[in-house]
Amino acid sequence: MENLMTVEHLKKYFPVLGGVLRKKVADVRAVDDVSFQIYAGECFGVVGESGCGKTTLGKTLIRLLSPNAGHIFYKIPQEVADAIRALEKDNPKSRSLKYLLREYDHAYISGSRLRKLRRHLQIVYQDPTTSLDPRMLVKDIVSEPVVSQGLIRGSGVIERVLETLQMVGMGEKHLYRYPHEFSGGQRQRIAVARAIITKPEFIILDEPTSSVDVSVRAQLLNMFQDLQRDLGLTYMFISHDLSVVECISDRVAVMYLGKIVEQAKTEEIYKNPMHPYAQALFNSIPIPDPTRRRERAPLSGEPPSPVNPPSGCRFHPRCSLATNTCEHEEPPLVDVGNEHYVACYALSK
Amino acid sequence: MQSKKKVGNFRKSIAPTIKEFLFILRRVLKSPLSVAGLVLISYNIVLAVFAPFICPPTPGTSNPYLIPRDQVLGFRIEPTAPSSTHLFGVTRLQIDLLYGCVWGTRFAFQLGLEVIVTTLAIGLILGMISGYYGGFIDEVVMRFTDIILAFPGLILAMAFVAVLARSGWSTLDAAVLSIVLIGWPGYTRLIRGEVLRVRGEDYIEAARASGASDLRIMSRHILPNSIYSVIIVASLDFGSIVLTAAALSFLGLGSQPGTADWGRLIYDGVPFASMGLKYWWTMLYPGAFIVLFTLGWNLLGDALRDVLDPLSRRK
Amino acid sequence: MEEESVVQIKDLYLNFYTYDGVVKALDGISFGIRKGEILGLVGETGSGKSVTSLSVLSIVVPPGRLQKGQIDINIKGKTYDILSLNDATLARVRGKYISMIFQEPRAALNPVYTVGDQISEVYFHHRKAELLDNTIAQLREDLKKASGLRRTIRKADLSLFEKMKNNPKSVSLRLYMKIPLLNRFQNRIKTEARKMIVQILKSLNIPDPARVIDMYPHELSGGMAQRAVIAMSLACNPMMLIADEPTTSLDVTVQAQILLLIKDLQKKIHTSILYVTHDLGVVAETCDRVVVLYAGNVAEIANVFDLYKKPLHPYTQALLESIPRPGHKFVSIRGIVPSLVDPPKGCRFYDRCDYTQEKCLNVEPQLVEVEKDHFVACHLHYGGS
Repeated sequence: MENLMTVEHLKKYFPVLGGVLRKKVADVRAVDDVSFQIYAGECFGVVGESGCGKTTLGKTLIRLLSPNAGHIFYKIPQEVADAIRALEKDNPKSRSLKYLLREYDHAYISGSRLRKLRRHLQIVYQDPTTSLDPRMLVKDIVSEPVVSQGLIRGSGVIERVLETLQMVGMGEKHLYRYPHEFSGGQRQRIAVARAIITKPEFIILDEPTSSVDVSVRAQLLNMFQDLQRDLGLTYMFISHDLSVVECISDRVAVMYLGKIVEQAKTEEIYKNPMHPYAQALFNSIPIPDPTRRRERAPLSGEPPSPVNPPSGCRFHPRCSLATNTCEHEEPPLVDVGNEHYVACYALSK
Repeated sequence: MQSKKKVGNFRKSIAPTIKEFLFILRRVLKSPLSVAGLVLISYNIVLAVFAPFICPPTPGTSNPYLIPRDQVLGFRIEPTAPSSTHLFGVTRLQIDLLYGCVWGTRFAFQLGLEVIVTTLAIGLILGMISGYYGGFIDEVVMRFTDIILAFPGLILAMAFVAVLARSGWSTLDAAVLSIVLIGWPGYTRLIRGEVLRVRGEDYIEAARASGASDLRIMSRHILPNSIYSVIIVASLDFGSIVLTAAALSFLGLGSQPGTADWGRLIYDGVPFASMGLKYWWTMLYPGAFIVLFTLGWNLLGDALRDVLDPLSRRK
Repeated sequence: MEEESVVQIKDLYLNFYTYDGVVKALDGISFGIRKGEILGLVGETGSGKSVTSLSVLSIVVPPGRLQKGQIDINIKGKTYDILSLNDATLARVRGKYISMIFQEPRAALNPVYTVGDQISEVYFHHRKAELLDNTIAQLREDLKKASGLRRTIRKADLSLFEKMKNNPKSVSLRLYMKIPLLNRFQNRIKTEARKMIVQILKSLNIPDPARVIDMYPHELSGGMAQRAVIAMSLACNPMMLIADEPTTSLDVTVQAQILLLIKDLQKKIHTSILYVTHDLGVVAETCDRVVVLYAGNVAEIANVFDLYKKPLHPYTQALLESIPRPGHKFVSIRGIVPSLVDPPKGCRFYDRCDYTQEKCLNVEPQLVEVEKDHFVACHLHYGGS
């Protein structure tokens, strides 16, 4: 499958300011050396608990946040990517490297080139109440991307807005109303319309169904799948709702404290999770079938803070298989076959 | 054909705003105090608008705010009691109080509007830039506001007027400018606070993801969402701005003698106040007009605050 | 009232008087919570489940107003109607016989008091006699070991405590409590309370309870804060605990911990729990019986196994079908919840149901026991008219 986006060693830290002079005392390592690939047309699921960095990852991919280090290669020729990697290894300070990064590496481009890319990369937020401007009419909200990027002018704008609203199941009568007049599900549809109006290629779906009712959730998820098929979209589906991710994603990555600990095709990872954290995570999902109640011991402890992550493997304080190596060295993501990657020392024995 | 549709569309896009306005109006009308405030303000507006008809100015004068002299009474210092020719009486130097109070309303509105518009403009621009960009600009602007806010307002205004008057400004213009100078920090801080709140909302980030420029975000997203509390403060402030101006005039630092300005009229009545109630009309009428004006705006401001806060909750 | 019921809700009608009209939120809710069971209250937004749980404690605030109904509670053999009790009596019931935990634990805790202060508040309000007894007993022990000045002081403290126990309103006692140096004797009772709180925190698997007692709510993580709230609610061993979506805002691994905790506690102290949620997985994991609410009506009441194996009400069936299953398209329930300002005359599920008859449009179905301990409100399941 064609690679839409390749992410290499991405890091995003947030400084923690402290002291009287508000100097930086520490970093919140929200995303810490993450590498993966996203194929065109797929739905890539990212799961994890609060604080694992999945939302930060999504926002960094579409450059709402600027990464501290790493590369995001979005549809660039293979030779250029190879050249960048080679230069980085041999001559990190060379001027040609800097030039290449500014031109091609999505993590470093800026200005007008970045603005041009906005039409291809979009995001749908979790809470439609806060992600829509309460003082703007629906027609203005949905048309904002095309208007502010100058893609369409004049009467063409309304036509495109209507076309897009129809794709999400809404109509002309909704144009001149405010967001608060709609239900949660409808608001989320408006948000989706805003995301697809520029006919993008890649959309980050950041927990898009967490704030809506269970019965509306299914409608929205069906809509996402239909849109993906009709418009050829690629999704990154971020969620903590594991059962939903299981049904909509093609591949899934599990994050813990800023790192990817396991990644595989959906069926594979849900059937056979290998990383202890992933196992605990999937085991914690309550099953809607009382005859299959599991008397299992849940994972103990709480996720530590990303400001001061544990040394070595981040999961080792809560891991029952932890060894001495786990405490001192960070395990790399290893391919255990069938495109299944796990970062755990205990398993390689 | 196209234009008809355009009109129809325009009406449709305005309709929700109108609906909202009517909703606010209905809520305001529910409380008796806010109705009282509205009544007072409307009375003041009517007085201001129809001043030329209630008290026609002497034909040929360039400045209607200069109270015309009664030829009969001349330039006597002692005030004359209210009579059929002078309904409110006459104050020191035979200045007609009725004319003064009625045209004083118009004067108050003009002065208030000048000050409010200027202060709001400065506050919006500075507050928006300071709140949105933060960093060094924010620090600099905030230090300036700190400096000005460190002084008691009226005293500082008096100092400004004194300095400006020496450089040749008319005291009235100086008064307006100095009220603006002591007023802009408050608005800047207020707007900056609102901008900081709105800046962190999801829809601002979504607008950035949609490719909106900073200017567009500030004008189309942040401004409409941060303006509500500013409106409330501005309406409450209108009354106190006029009061401050009257105070400055009362201290002799405002308008010229003979201008139809409430504060000036009270200033003219001060020498007679110590004589007890003998010359009651010199203080009562200008004072009553000030009270009614300021009270109206205060009540309206309170009512708006009560209405608009739960409104945002409802949304 | 059912024999084994701890709390019985009878015919509850509740309206909300809003700007948009009168919202008929509860339209005749009746069910009972049995002793020692975990009863799940399932429904979506607008079904009325939160409002029902608030009514049990009679803490519904305007614009919500109770129209009609009775909630019977069985305390020590006598039956009282919660909705008709006055405020003073209610204050004695809340926290002691029925307590409640909410969805956002950090919103339920006062941010300016430590966790220990807040839990001890519950103790001081409801279990003061026990605290006093413990303090007096401890003091008597210490008295034996003391001599000289210390003995005198402790004797004085002892007499003060006994006075507090026997005659709490005496003037001399109240005077003593106000004098700065002399009222230090009250520290003893606080120490006793602290001991009891450490015990309870330990039983909730909170690590290092002595340190947690002095922490403020914002220093705790979501899971710990929820445990602190549970500690507060169980401080008096209430007969019934109402849990309003306590794990919705928590991560899934923390949720698993809390669910296990709730089940363990319930086994130990036999509290009945009314568990309000919209998550069918949690219900299957935790509950013994389930009440399904739709748009202010009870749709179905059944044992949890029966409900999942053989759901009778079309809404319950649709709800179970909408649970996402890999490989299948997502199934949703067509239509939307009806407006409760102008609810339909007959069954409120009419326009989303696939099994409607003509009767469903006009006649509201009543809750009927169709099988053993399985109630349903649906015309489809009554034999005959």
